[in-house]
Amino acid sequence: MKLTLRIWRQRDAHDRGGFVRYEVSDLSPDTTLLEALDDLNEKLVGGGEPPVAFDSDCREGICGACGIVVDGCPHGPVPGTTTCLLPLRAFRDGATVTLEPFRTGVFRVVRDLVVDRAALDRVVQAGGYVSVRTGSAPDASVLLVAHDDAERALDAAVCIGCGACVAACPNGAASLFVGAKLTHLAALPQGQPERARRTQALVAAADREGFGGCTLHGECQAVCPKHIDLGVVARLNHDYLTAALARWWGR
Amino acid sequence: MRLRDTAPAGPLAGRWQRRRDELELVGPTQRRQHQLIVVGAGLAGASAAASLGELGYQVRCLTFHDSPRRAHSVAAQGGVNAARDAANDGDSVERLFHDTLEGGDFRSRESNVYRLAELSARIIDQAVAQGVPFAREYGGLLATRSFGGALVSRTFYARGQTGQQLLLGAYQALAKEVAGGSVTVLPRREMLDLIVVDGRARGVVARDLVSGALETHVGDAVVLATGGYANAYFLSTNAKASNATAIWRAYRRGAAFANPGFVQFHPTCLPAAGEHQAKLTLMSESLRNDARLWVPSRRGDDRRPDAIPEAERDYFLERRYPRYGNLVPRDLGSRAAKTVCDEGHGVGPGGRAVYLDLRDAAARVGAGVLRERYGNLFELYHHVIGDDPLEVPMRVAPAAHYTMGGLWVDYDLMSTIPGLFVIGEANFSDQGANRLGASALMQGLADGYFILPGTLTGYLAGTQLAPVAPDSAEAKAAQADVRARLEKLLTRSGRRTASDFHRALGRVLWEACGLERNRGGLAKAIDEVAALREAFWDDVTVPGGPGELNQELERAGRVADFLELGELMCRDALAREESCGCHFRVEHQTAEGEARRDDDGFAHVAVWMPAAPGRRPQRLVEPLTFETLALRERSYR
Repeated sequence: MKLTLRIWRQRDAHDRGGFVRYEVSDLSPDTTLLEALDDLNEKLVGGGEPPVAFDSDCREGICGACGIVVDGCPHGPVPGTTTCLLPLRAFRDGATVTLEPFRTGVFRVVRDLVVDRAALDRVVQAGGYVSVRTGSAPDASVLLVAHDDAERALDAAVCIGCGACVAACPNGAASLFVGAKLTHLAALPQGQPERARRTQALVAAADREGFGGCTLHGECQAVCPKHIDLGVVARLNHDYLTAALARWWGR
Repeated sequence: MRLRDTAPAGPLAGRWQRRRDELELVGPTQRRQHQLIVVGAGLAGASAAASLGELGYQVRCLTFHDSPRRAHSVAAQGGVNAARDAANDGDSVERLFHDTLEGGDFRSRESNVYRLAELSARIIDQAVAQGVPFAREYGGLLATRSFGGALVSRTFYARGQTGQQLLLGAYQALAKEVAGGSVTVLPRREMLDLIVVDGRARGVVARDLVSGALETHVGDAVVLATGGYANAYFLSTNAKASNATAIWRAYRRGAAFANPGFVQFHPTCLPAAGEHQAKLTLMSESLRNDARLWVPSRRGDDRRPDAIPEAERDYFLERRYPRYGNLVPRDLGSRAAKTVCDEGHGVGPGGRAVYLDLRDAAARVGAGVLRERYGNLFELYHHVIGDDPLEVPMRVAPAAHYTMGGLWVDYDLMSTIPGLFVIGEANFSDQGANRLGASALMQGLADGYFILPGTLTGYLAGTQLAPVAPDSAEAKAAQADVRARLEKLLTRSGRRTASDFHRALGRVLWEACGLERNRGGLAKAIDEVAALREAFWDDVTVPGGPGELNQELERAGRVADFLELGELMCRDALAREESCGCHFRVEHQTAEGEARRDDDGFAHVAVWMPAAPGRRPQRLVEPLTFETLALRERSYR
């Protein structure tokens, strides 16, 4: 296959940046987009030019490192995939494909297609955990968790923290990400003692980081490579309201 | 140098508790005076950093990723072993110990493996308390499944993404300590050298991968949790950036390297296709609970798999190993697959793959149940290959996956450099010559949550450490070395890319130091790797400068280290004149084509000491003694 790649090049956070066109050819339709970028980079490096910087690691869709806006869509045109698993057969032979970073108000461009997503870590640090010290855990066998509750928790816990939901959202909201973490822990008995606190702390942290508010556009669930849906945002809203009311009543 | 198992004497059971009882303690108020450096934030690094932070130490945790949640532990699929006898099938600490030691073909320490088995149950307690959503039975109890090399069901799992869920548990524990102020996570930092002062590890030189600035981090001890080096083969199941640089730099500063030639090849990976392929994708061993591996009985049979009748299929693992069947350990599974492919029965392009078939299981339990057990694996397979494995059997082939070798550590997980601790896959300690499935997560977490916090405390309590300034002579010298090396990489102005050299190295290692090794091939490979290394420093090109995000500079530095380590891997494989576990020397095999150990000559850990430039490294040995289990030939037949 042959493609024209229109790639956002930006030297660092202070550079203005712009699109540069590259031709890639002789590629099998089974090759992934990132392998095509690897190939392009080897040619650039061989010619003494700086390669296109992009994040990626596991190439199996689980580490969450990769993330490119492909033709306007985070992670590209195939639903339920990360960028690293996007095959060239998703494109027409000879097509021009535009590659941009996950650009939002919060994710600063570091270089080319690499962005800074540390804000997502800071949201988790605000309380996205169960406060249990190493060694103090009780015998796991005595805690019964209903099969369906564990499955529901896992459906949300599969979030890979890639940030595509934020990049897709017209408001730059991180509600799918936050809702997934809250739903994971709220579905399990271990998550109950800190549930209200956690909900309020994560929402406040997301606000502090500058993520936008959710107005239920649903773009996030359309691009989520792990099929996390707006149900987690409903859970977030429910728990936030419950926590706020409980506080208002002085409980 | 005296290399020995430093475990306490006496009965195996309770050895670890006795060691814990004799380790000295550091008072709660003293702990915050100690600055510790943890490099790596995977299962081992994150669990260690979080646990040390909880104890009250000041911890800096470095990771080259943009977030600690991305370490390659995240990609572990199948599960984590624990001796909890959850299935009433006769499991126990003794049996997990036995299976793991025998699975490793008697090339690991009894004391370490026993400790691992003893601690395994608590890992599950810890992870469940953190909110890890393990699979559950309908009654609410934890579900288990089986893995290779075991006749019991002791593997706890969360679909095919157990590593991700356990890593998120550790990551969240780390987040809690960051919030509490005891741990500072430094993302996008790569360790490039170890700082040794008065013979003790006191810090690291790291590069800020965004600004390119070199930083010095000093403290009272350094913990390396930087994973394995299977990426030496270029194509492996490891993540693209997984590398050996941290452990190799430590080796160059004097930390001994144990069993570098012990590399695990995983039998069920998606086969390599095309020259553009960036890496290989694993299909979890857990599939072998339900799948059967087969090849056509007739050589070169190129009919579609569903057109090949039952009588013309060779279920080669069930034929060769009737007792364990498809659940043999990985070394045997990989070699058996290679054998049938070498005999002309392989399928797919080049005839290098075998079928992994779920048809019978789907008929037995239904497709819905299989999707619940392995759903994300089927989806991954579909993304990469385009088929639904419930309709068309998967094609799988062996690939480099995990390294049992690593930096040598004593029972306290300390390397030959005092104050340098090494945990998880980065050390060599518990897996012998072959790791059983679902044991890597167990080891990483046992090291990080339970062993290291105790032994590191014992080291700090028993050692007088003078303060070290970030601008001390040793730190400055290490930083100057790093700067010179980066400068050297950037000024080669050759014509070949680092990846080009890496691919060439991978081909040499795969041929000579892969599933089968022989004397002549290894001797030749040592020369070839040396020649490649010379060519690399002559002809590599690295564009850009040191003071910016320069991914090609990162890559070139890692490849340069693989080019040194690759030679040591071959030297180790050449020196070990026996076959054991993953290390199959064709000169040493039984009439049935199984590994033939030489327990008189090689029941030891091979421990390599770095030499001055131009000199050969020195091979020392740590003898292995077996008090509990009699040495015998492994039998899974």
